[in-house]
Amino acid sequence: MNQEKKDVIVHDHNHDGVDRRGFLKCMAWAGTGALCVIDGGVLKSYSMGRLPKMGHPAGELSFVQISDSHMGFNKAANPDVVSTLKVAVDKINALPQAPEFMLHTGDITHLSKADEFDTVDQILKEANPKDVFYVPGEHDVLDDNGAAYLARYGKGTTGAGWRSFDKKGVHFIGLVNVMNLKAGGMGSLGPDQLGWLKNDVKHLKHSTPIVVFAHIPLWSVYPQWGWGTDDSAEALSYLKKFGSVSVLNGHIHQTMQKVEGNVTFHTACSTAFPQPAPGQGPSPGPMTVPAERLRSVLGITDVNFVRGHQALGVTDLALG
Amino acid sequence: MNRRVFFAWFIFGLLAACAVLAAMKPVHAATPEEKAAAEVKIDNFSFSPTELTVAAGTTVTWVNQDDVPHTVVGTGGAFKSKALDTDDKFSFTFDKAGTYAYFCGVHPMMTGKIVVK
Repeated sequence: MNQEKKDVIVHDHNHDGVDRRGFLKCMAWAGTGALCVIDGGVLKSYSMGRLPKMGHPAGELSFVQISDSHMGFNKAANPDVVSTLKVAVDKINALPQAPEFMLHTGDITHLSKADEFDTVDQILKEANPKDVFYVPGEHDVLDDNGAAYLARYGKGTTGAGWRSFDKKGVHFIGLVNVMNLKAGGMGSLGPDQLGWLKNDVKHLKHSTPIVVFAHIPLWSVYPQWGWGTDDSAEALSYLKKFGSVSVLNGHIHQTMQKVEGNVTFHTACSTAFPQPAPGQGPSPGPMTVPAERLRSVLGITDVNFVRGHQALGVTDLALG
Repeated sequence: MNRRVFFAWFIFGLLAACAVLAAMKPVHAATPEEKAAAEVKIDNFSFSPTELTVAAGTTVTWVNQDDVPHTVVGTGGAFKSKALDTDDKFSFTFDKAGTYAYFCGVHPMMTGKIVVK
């Protein structure tokens, strides 16, 4: 990409500080690795190819999202999920700006087994960021209503494992939408969690940047495949007052973005196996690609927050 | 032998024959055809057949042929399997007539129905 001067896009046609055309242009680049930073409501994008020269955009808060490690999976789509998770850790350790912590948006394991949780713990211990915040995926709560998951990662959480915490003025909210699923439905937050959420954000200043992380997407990506959350609208209504809300999800094993007003939704790749694009296959199950392509369809997400700007820069990095 | 005695022995013989036959063929046994059909395959995130009709007393077996785990959960609470990995099976005997809707607890958009006659 030799778009030196054109990388900074400033077109505020609607006079609302949001550069929608620029955003769409940025999304088209995203597949080749683009860093999009929202800076004071204006989108700035930097192609990944230029990053090493210009240095990583200065961020005050940097963290990484990994997702869907599916430890224990061993079928054709990836017979060795241990290796690919290790590559993800290497990728994290090689980032120019060291992340302070990691978010794991669920499906840590494939079958909720103790040795599967153990293996992920051991591999993630090799990552430089020592703090990891988890939310469970449906594969982590099989058979026991999440008892094993909560025994490991429930400290500091409420109910089925939801929680919030603050880092440098950014308010993080981890939600659990994989419990008590109803026939024919999608993800579900449930009344207890929604009540907790309403209360959790009640007294926060509108200028507080919010990051929500949950396993199943909080917008309807593709209901026929269960890619959505039945009661997410109510959750989002409690976040309407905030100027900057970023929602980070997993579950669909591919990156996808959507912007709705002040809310940016983003899904991450899996570190284990890809899944087809919505409707582009018989089912949302593991998709086998040629071995040499596997790492290119797996990935991690690097996130940078820049103080003073309504900023959350999200970059998807393939494993290879 | 007078006719009454003959008649009594005839009835006795008839009843004896019925008793023997009844002992041999229990009323609710599934036929070989029904037994073969009492299987639901799980593949590509769907139950196949989506709706299965069986005679009361039939044991239905679900087989997971998908490459991810699934569960079988009766919406009325009558049955619930553990997580079934690839090639795992779950069986349930439906003694009472009725319609039993079920779904996969992990992927709830997967639904199915057993109709017991």
